[in-house]
Amino acid sequence: MEQTKSTQAQVSRYKLFLTFSRITLSGFSGVMFWARRTLVERERWLTEKQFVELITLGRLVPGPPGLNLTVMVGHRFGGWTGAAAAVSGLLLWPCLVVIGMGVLYQHYGALPQVRRALAGMSIVAAALIFSNFIKMAKVLPRRWRPWLFAVLAFVGVGILRWPLFWVVGTLAPLALFAAWKEMP
Amino acid sequence: MQRVDLSALFLHSLALWFAAVGGPATILPEFHRYIVEAHQLMTSTDFAELYTLAQAAPGPNFMYVTLIGWHLAGWAGAVTMTIPVLIPATTLSLLVSHLNERYPNAPMGRVINRGLAPLTIGLMCASSTLLMRTVNHNWRGYLLTLVTVTFVLRTSWNPLWLLAAGALAGVLGWV
Repeated sequence: MEQTKSTQAQVSRYKLFLTFSRITLSGFSGVMFWARRTLVERERWLTEKQFVELITLGRLVPGPPGLNLTVMVGHRFGGWTGAAAAVSGLLLWPCLVVIGMGVLYQHYGALPQVRRALAGMSIVAAALIFSNFIKMAKVLPRRWRPWLFAVLAFVGVGILRWPLFWVVGTLAPLALFAAWKEMP
Repeated sequence: MQRVDLSALFLHSLALWFAAVGGPATILPEFHRYIVEAHQLMTSTDFAELYTLAQAAPGPNFMYVTLIGWHLAGWAGAVTMTIPVLIPATTLSLLVSHLNERYPNAPMGRVINRGLAPLTIGLMCASSTLLMRTVNHNWRGYLLTLVTVTFVLRTSWNPLWLLAAGALAGVLGWV
């Protein structure tokens, strides 16, 4: 029964736009949680397994995983125009919100109360990335090679402040080669 | 503050998104290096605050680039910073999903995941320490950092509540 809806049925552009608008407006700092709930549980366009597969691919490709997922789902259910509709739904509303924030920031960003509130919020925002770093570092295998690459990336970009292209361009091929040699 | 060269910003940003292994937080140090350090288009504090505001907006968490673009050059800036995000997402992700359908058992995916995870972790650490150095001015700031990290690791609170708590702590003059 799940299969009937999960195979490549077409979905209208309008429906894709609305569905991704709903996903994007439900979630803060990232859309994965609501994407799963909407695409798998509510609309049943994807099975759990298909969703995990698409997320894995979305993380593999450079760029924001949520956007990559949106493009792949939109394309699967509505071709190129479907992908455009899904991406529009995902991005239109957040764009309007952040530009509204930009307007407010330019008008009121210099008020003392606003400055203090932003200072407090910024400390939390920086701590949120640091927490994500800790969460990911916890599951990195306890072997010297992955940790060496992590430390080199951190030192190159974070301490020596070298351009990211050079650091990633040098380390990524080596890291991929090492991972490939380690594969059983 | 200098005038913004939008075409150079566009090309730099485009190249950067093709190198964005592990998502939008990993390229934050490079945006900071380019916009704040190399071209002095805004202060480090502005950069950190715009990043923070975008985290309080709904939707994907790369919208900070749109907000920074808007702050630099209005609508033209917002478009200049947002279009480059879309290009690798539309080209590479469709290419990869096509390859995945054709060769479902290729080990490439696992190699890429395993190989690039350490780089993602190192870059996330670089992003967070860069921002923490910018926004923390005293021990009370680092205390708020510590409290936030503890809450994130121990509870499943929505980050929005933590941002609101940070704003409150700021208004009350604690940090």
